[in-house]
Amino acid sequence: MPENHQALLEVRGLVTEFSLEQGTIAANADVHIRVRAGQTLGIVGESGSGKSVLCRAILRLIPSPPGRISAGEILFDGTDLLTLSEAEMRRVRGTRIKMVFQNPMTSLNPVRRIGDQITEGLSVHYGVSKRDARDQGVELLRRVGIPSPESRVREYPHQWSGGMLQRAVIAMAMAGEPQLLLADEPTTALDVTIQDQILALLLELQERTHMAMLLVSHDLAVVAETCDQVAVMYAGRIMESASTKALFDAPMHPYTVGLMNSIPDMGAAAERLVPISGQPPDLLHLAPGCPFAPRCAHASSDCAETPIALNEVAPGHHTACLYPERITRGAP
Amino acid sequence: MPTQAILIAAPGAVRREVARWSVTLKVGSLMLLVIVLAGIFAPLVAPFDPYFQDYDRVLLPPSGTHLFGTDQLGRDLFSRVIYGIRIDLMVGFIITFVPMIYGVAIGALAGYYGGVLDSVLMRLLDTAIAFPFLVLIIVVIAILGPGVQSIYIAVFLVAWTMYARLARAEMLVERSKDYMLAAKTLGYPTSRIIFRHALPNIIGSSVVFSMADFVLNILLLSGLSFLGLGIQPPEPEWGAMVAEGRDFIFENWWICTLPGLAIVVTGTALSLIGDGLARRFGQRHQAIL
Repeated sequence: MPENHQALLEVRGLVTEFSLEQGTIAANADVHIRVRAGQTLGIVGESGSGKSVLCRAILRLIPSPPGRISAGEILFDGTDLLTLSEAEMRRVRGTRIKMVFQNPMTSLNPVRRIGDQITEGLSVHYGVSKRDARDQGVELLRRVGIPSPESRVREYPHQWSGGMLQRAVIAMAMAGEPQLLLADEPTTALDVTIQDQILALLLELQERTHMAMLLVSHDLAVVAETCDQVAVMYAGRIMESASTKALFDAPMHPYTVGLMNSIPDMGAAAERLVPISGQPPDLLHLAPGCPFAPRCAHASSDCAETPIALNEVAPGHHTACLYPERITRGAP
Repeated sequence: MPTQAILIAAPGAVRREVARWSVTLKVGSLMLLVIVLAGIFAPLVAPFDPYFQDYDRVLLPPSGTHLFGTDQLGRDLFSRVIYGIRIDLMVGFIITFVPMIYGVAIGALAGYYGGVLDSVLMRLLDTAIAFPFLVLIIVVIAILGPGVQSIYIAVFLVAWTMYARLARAEMLVERSKDYMLAAKTLGYPTSRIIFRHALPNIIGSSVVFSMADFVLNILLLSGLSFLGLGIQPPEPEWGAMVAEGRDFIFENWWICTLPGLAIVVTGTALSLIGDGLARRFGQRHQAIL
């Protein structure tokens, strides 16, 4: 992919802040990401690293107060979403950017028929008639692999299994063929056997519609399998971003290496996993420098002082680490 | 829908589906249906004109011709009780469900938006609750005179508060759920999210409460009429009939007792429905969680 190719979504310098009683925290601090049409960007990070906040910020659904997008640009297809009116933004949400949530059991309304929920967007945003919407609902369910969708559109969420519900949620997101799909841990709440099916389904739909996808996950294996590009988040910041191959072959940030060492490797002989020592940082009391410095084996005294920024260390490979040359994989 | 559900659902779910119409709910609904039908077809059911006074047949005990006997003016009590259904059930229905509609809407808005709107609406609610109801209705009657419109006004001013509280409490729970966020990510207008998505989930407790409220409102209407503040004679209202008969209670017990019994039977039917609905909604929530 040529470098000058227009990105469908480009987030520049996004800062999302939440004011708490004890002070203000930045759940996203100076986040930069780019996603092109037809491509998948994986966002990896542990709980509380700001991945979900990023998704919500892109849709401008940060609860306010206490939240606030205080700086940055979210360029979607050339327009800055932060400058749109609420009505225009609603239209973007309903038609061009859709989201899939972690827990399908709770992301559907328990008292409404599944078919009605899937096609509601079509009638709200496209003015599709009830009859057509019904046919399209059946078609959407068929496309996501629900057997005998004609009768199942009339059922309620409690009658379906988790895997089927996630398919329904995906069908709901695919109604109207969005250009960008935000998948916030779409497989985390599902069984392992179902996880693969759901990921395969997402990739298949992406191939067919050429949509861009933002796949948020804490699971490196999922990201390695499905994404073209990966961004690693920690404490609300992007620590490293690169193509999937480059990131897994030659990680340039100690945190990325730490994440890789803390998952079991099926190929290697059984050995003890190496956890990342220490605790995730308290966002209220961050040092001015690298938030990972207190847990980093390679950190020197200036790491905690020097404000971090993404530097390009190889074509398309950015890292926030000051000393990427100190890293050797497997020995953090 | 239920039959399909039974076909594919697990055995536990089958029992749930069957239990949707519990015995309580069935009996209560059947009783209410009979009462409502009798009210609608009152001219066919009632053997006499409820207003017709026959001075040759005053204070007759219950018999084949006069099922509930006659009162001191020779009116047929059974016919009056049947026509009374129209008044008691209709007024009871209006003073229960009209406040329910705007009460739930107010509560839902307060719970959804929170903040200043919530504070303002809740202070309004506190004021409405703090006002003693009987004083309020006497004031309204002093201004407008006794009658059903005074009851409507007085009740409409205060009866919404319980529904608003119930709906607000449920909305506070519901608004943070994923499906509400999902509805927002799909770009639906807020009014649609509140009334199409959240409302079906928060209405349950209000519907259950409304059945108990309905009973209490019929009693309230009867009570007010008994005190002379409500429906005025010669309208065949149950409470007013009990009031008229209280002078004769020792010799002619039926004048008080039988209209009173009509209140009891209607109340029982509504209570049974309320119980049945409470259990059914409770079960549905269990099935989901």
